[in-house]
Amino acid sequence: MTALLNVKDLRAYYGQVQALHGLSFSLNEGSLTTLLGANGAGKTTTLRAICNMVRSTGAIEFEGKPLNNKSTESIVRFGIAHVPQGRGTFTNMTVEENLQLGAITRSDKAGIVADIERMYSYFPKLKERHTQQAGTLSGGEQQMLAVARALMLRPRLMLLDEPSFGLAPLVVRDLFGILGKINREEKVSILVVEQNAQLALELADKAYVIETGRIVMSGVAKDIANDENVRKSYLGY
Amino acid sequence: MELFTNQVLAGIATGAIYACMALAVVMIYQAIDHLNFAQGEMAMFSTFISWQLMQWGLPYWGAFIVTLAFSFAGGIAIERVLFKPLTKAPILTQVAGFIALFSIINSCAGLIWDFTIKQYPTPFGSSPFLGSQLISTHQAGMIGITLLLLVGLYFFFQYTRVGLAMRAAAALPESARLVGINTSWMIALGWGMAAAIGSIAGMLIAPVVFLEPNMMGGVLIYGFAAAVLGGLTSPFGAVLGGFLVGIFENLAGTYIPHVGNEMKLPIALALIISVLVIKPAGLFGRNIVKRV
Repeated sequence: MTALLNVKDLRAYYGQVQALHGLSFSLNEGSLTTLLGANGAGKTTTLRAICNMVRSTGAIEFEGKPLNNKSTESIVRFGIAHVPQGRGTFTNMTVEENLQLGAITRSDKAGIVADIERMYSYFPKLKERHTQQAGTLSGGEQQMLAVARALMLRPRLMLLDEPSFGLAPLVVRDLFGILGKINREEKVSILVVEQNAQLALELADKAYVIETGRIVMSGVAKDIANDENVRKSYLGY
Repeated sequence: MELFTNQVLAGIATGAIYACMALAVVMIYQAIDHLNFAQGEMAMFSTFISWQLMQWGLPYWGAFIVTLAFSFAGGIAIERVLFKPLTKAPILTQVAGFIALFSIINSCAGLIWDFTIKQYPTPFGSSPFLGSQLISTHQAGMIGITLLLLVGLYFFFQYTRVGLAMRAAAALPESARLVGINTSWMIALGWGMAAAIGSIAGMLIAPVVFLEPNMMGGVLIYGFAAAVLGGLTSPFGAVLGGFLVGIFENLAGTYIPHVGNEMKLPIALALIISVLVIKPAGLFGRNIVKRV
């Protein structure tokens, strides 16, 4: 397996404040990797740095090509779909318009129409509500819509920022099941940031633990989940 | 009753112009959250361009089309050169930019074409429309072109990909960039379209108010009033606001004693202020909720 995403010595800054202190990790093609850590550890910042939404230094390579100094909107064209914290739903547009926006960089009309139908088969609730304003959906449905919108890009890599946030446990199970399926069947590599460590470790094949802007632990997800010391000191369960 | 119908129709005709100006103002407001004080001057300059083209021998509609293209390109150029560098500047700096743009365009027009009042032709003629005394063919033409413009814009924003991308960029710039939309160019495109819409308003109103560098002053105030009345976040509201302001202005001038032409403007603005006291976001605007 080759590395799809390679991050070396990543440092990120908000104004004068440094949020990441030399982070390095890699993600293999086809992998579902999770970044774990407490509030303020730098998980969201890491995802934002990959998409150049925060000032950063260090090397970020996607399929061997450097992403540094590329604009956020051009990084999307590499096939990297980012579902931000808070989902980034266009609340006053319809569900279908949200899906079309996900494919705004594509020009194959027939493919887009087919993909919208495919999303509706993954998420039947979205089909029922396809003419509704996205803001009227429930939290879980909005998260489904955000994932579907990201998939409309036909991404190579999907970045997910706390997809479980604010959702009921049953809805989270459902969502994570679909993420696993997308990863296996559509061969989309996924990097997911989570506070719900237990669930993320069940789903992922590889895990990194971040604390105050540094990687403090990495390994196969199962091993980390089974290591009681790690669980107690970093993951809190 | 005929006087009433007459005044309402005339109000709709001038209201169409206010609607265009309000729409131009709202388009830029949606993109950058500021009122463009120079919108009227941009429209005036475009109108002079079309007049100059006709002086050089172009037919009316030829000059009309060339002016639209010029205004579109000019709007984009203004955004790229002047306002893109100011994107992250404080509000007052941007306001100063708008005021500078206002006086630069005004003075340039005066320098090139001087301040004397000029006749401006109408392609529709000014005979009674369909033989009725209620409305002239030029007024009917103003209404017709505005309606065409509105329908065209509706289809553009609802059914084209660029229209969808522009709406997304205005609603949530960060999310828009995350799906790959170049939001900076969408703002420039918004400026171009606003300038082109304004130029249509200028060319349609010029036969009524005559052509001179200060011709759009009153029109822009009514356009602002219409945009604020309808709600700065709603293009539909801005257009309706334009028609309402036009009708109200005419009726007040006709029926309220001692109002006449001089007092029409304050009366219209007083009405708008009373509406805003009751509904601060305008008739169709959304209250902007900010997290603190």
